[in-house]
Amino acid sequence: MSGSYPSPETIGRSELANGITVLGYQTHGSPSVVVSGYLWAGALGEPPDRAGLAYFTAGMLTHGTETRSFGQINEALESVGAQLGIRGGTHNVSFGGKALAEDLDLLLDVLADCLQQPTFPLGEVQKLRGQILTDLERRAHDTRRMAHLTFDALLYPDHPYGRSVKGYEETVSGLQRQDLVDHYRAHYAPRGMVLAVVGAVPVAEAQEKVEAALGPWRALEATPIRDIPPAVDLPEPRRQVVDVEGKTQADVVLGWPGLKRADPDFVPAYLANTVLGTFGMMGRLGDRVRDEQGLAYYVYSRLEAGLGAGPWSAMAGVNPADVEQAIDGILDEVRRLRDEPVPAGELADSQSYLTGSLPLRLETNEGIAGTLLEIERYRLGLDYLQRYAGLIEAVTVPEVQEVARKYLDPDVYCLAVAGPEV
Amino acid sequence: MSEKHQLENGLTVLLQESRRAPVTTFWIWYRVGSRNEVPGVTGIAHWAEHMLFKGSEAFPKGQIDKQIARNGGAMNGLTWMDFTTFFETLPADRIDLGLRIESDRMVNALFDPEEVARERTVIISERQGAENQPPFLLGEEVVAAAFRVHPYHHQTIGDMCDLEVISRQQLWDHYQAFYGPNNAIAVAVGDFEAPRMLDRIRTLFGPLAARSTPPPVYRPEPPQRGERRVNLEGPGTTSYFQAAYHVPPAAEDDFFAVTVLTSILSGPSGMNLFSSSPPNRTSRLYQALVESELAVSVSGAYPPTLDPYLYRLSATVRGGRTAAEIEAALDAEIERIRREPVSATELETAVKQTKAQFAYSSESVTNQGFWLGYSAIVADTSWFETFLDRLEALTVEDVQRVANAYLSHSNRTLGHYLAQGRGAEVAASGQEESR
Repeated sequence: MSGSYPSPETIGRSELANGITVLGYQTHGSPSVVVSGYLWAGALGEPPDRAGLAYFTAGMLTHGTETRSFGQINEALESVGAQLGIRGGTHNVSFGGKALAEDLDLLLDVLADCLQQPTFPLGEVQKLRGQILTDLERRAHDTRRMAHLTFDALLYPDHPYGRSVKGYEETVSGLQRQDLVDHYRAHYAPRGMVLAVVGAVPVAEAQEKVEAALGPWRALEATPIRDIPPAVDLPEPRRQVVDVEGKTQADVVLGWPGLKRADPDFVPAYLANTVLGTFGMMGRLGDRVRDEQGLAYYVYSRLEAGLGAGPWSAMAGVNPADVEQAIDGILDEVRRLRDEPVPAGELADSQSYLTGSLPLRLETNEGIAGTLLEIERYRLGLDYLQRYAGLIEAVTVPEVQEVARKYLDPDVYCLAVAGPEV
Repeated sequence: MSEKHQLENGLTVLLQESRRAPVTTFWIWYRVGSRNEVPGVTGIAHWAEHMLFKGSEAFPKGQIDKQIARNGGAMNGLTWMDFTTFFETLPADRIDLGLRIESDRMVNALFDPEEVARERTVIISERQGAENQPPFLLGEEVVAAAFRVHPYHHQTIGDMCDLEVISRQQLWDHYQAFYGPNNAIAVAVGDFEAPRMLDRIRTLFGPLAARSTPPPVYRPEPPQRGERRVNLEGPGTTSYFQAAYHVPPAAEDDFFAVTVLTSILSGPSGMNLFSSSPPNRTSRLYQALVESELAVSVSGAYPPTLDPYLYRLSATVRGGRTAAEIEAALDAEIERIRREPVSATELETAVKQTKAQFAYSSESVTNQGFWLGYSAIVADTSWFETFLDRLEALTVEDVQRVANAYLSHSNRTLGHYLAQGRGAEVAASGQEESR
């Protein structure tokens, strides 16, 4: 089975002279192609009073270039059923698009155009600012989003991970066109960019087309932002409740500082998280809080291990009257994971799930592209998919228990609740 | 192309081989949804779907999801207006587990009373989560106003008063009435050999006895004879606008012309169950509402249905603007599309966009299984397999004709959600910059 996964023999990897890494993989059976990737112009460098700058700048790239207006970009893509999005995140600006294979040249041309020569038309800046601000208003009344926003700020005070990538009403209102232009000029460059092409296109052809579209880009004065923010501690429990009027459900986020993807604890932590809150219908948390207690429509856990140490957290949507009971349920499961070794069969189940579900994750062009980007980002090696099962199966019961004890403290945790006043 | 079979007990079987990836999907579709519900038991179809995950003797509670996960698969259930469906997608060599689960729970689900009680709070929690979202509240009122008679009137999640009192007996009766091979369609798409798959389906499902034919639903909605309006007020600082027009069901000829019409107005429908809609920035309503800065987004949906349903439009009002302004801009666009034929280019683009969506959808056997089953519920599989041909046969006159037939004021229901929360008087967004 693993012989048919993308491998060093079938994944194309090349580096352009300007610093772009190109990954290619050919698939059969559907006449479509996906292009996705990232570059290093994210929100990490933003001072708190300019939160939202990277996101707003990235959003503007598809709003007009030297050769195409916003309308013309949309027309070019949508008239052939293609799509392209560019989005600012914490570490990166990421882009993703798809088209029929026959339209790959067009897709790459539009992407290259947006990345290399955006014009930030003033009218478009106003328009997009209004859209972002309206979304921030909606967020203020969305219990799920407010729970996550509050949690992040509480766990990561004065830290890029604690700030909203989209920004805040006060900060986004103050961003002017020149700020966006300056951010673009300072940080958008091909150096360190990664781009994957997956679909009904031979690898060599895909690489040639990318080179033709993006090879000439230099931007030598720009500096990609590649710092990794420091890890944080949680020396004392923290708790914050946000009242959101008129709501009938409360959302809860409870968590701890986690670890980096590159940390040797990662694979055991990934298994521990799968047992805790992912396997089957949301893992042990689902069994307890949803199935046994009937308290929540959703409850699960998530390990955000990236270039920096993101949080390890559990989240649930519950009736406001049941918030404390749901929190107790979550903490009881955390205690159980720490105090009692996971039965060997239960660990084996999670291992089977992760290894067995690989074909499903690699079924679509988008799934494959995402996997290739992950391999590149974390330097996992082009033979990662061949080694994957071995890595997962090597995790032992004691390792899972140890990693739960190290990171998940049932007495010292960070908690955010957003919902109606109870 | 798919092949179709029928077992003696009435089970319809649709099979499509696909060697694209070593993955297979198996679906069971039941011809029952919220359209079969009467007041007092709204939400029962969806609740019964949940109960099918709560245990049988062969698969005690919790076992289905664990066994699927252990085998590297994914699974879910969906309930909507015209159907209740369950699927498993697994590595191709493990698909038998899906067939065994479905053939078992078609007739052996326990509906344990304690599980019914536990699930009551979960479903109420699901409804409460939906109520947190003003667009859900507005949509519920708009659809209820558009349908006075037909059971499409209420939401699939059900009304809270019914969720509070539906009994185990009622759930059991629903299961007995609607879950049988004669009321179901089995679908398999993926890496298998059709004759062997058919054999296996026959072995597992063949012995299941047909139930009596479920009662038909005959509550056709009388023609709407005048524009209807609902106004909601509520918390938050963001307002919303919705409009709904009565339109033909999937199996009517006009379905395809209206599909193109709605594509031109608000963008193409996506065909991927698991991704967001395709972009619609070149659509007429995006231009008229979002480019003009009245709305921050606009979307339209014309889902294929068994009985006539609605073309539904939604827009999020931009800070400082009003739903009334959006309504006026919508009116101007509707008036234009009724008065002047769309261009040949717009028609071609709508068709090409749908063609692209079909191509993207075909990457996933789960999507393919979804569409085969869905088309068999609302029409038949040839409806899906000749979809693009039907679109390609259309002319701009066809599109203009349906615009005039269906997009009239007297055929529509409008909804405004007015945010009344703190800070509801939002200053005009952004700051003016000197040019």
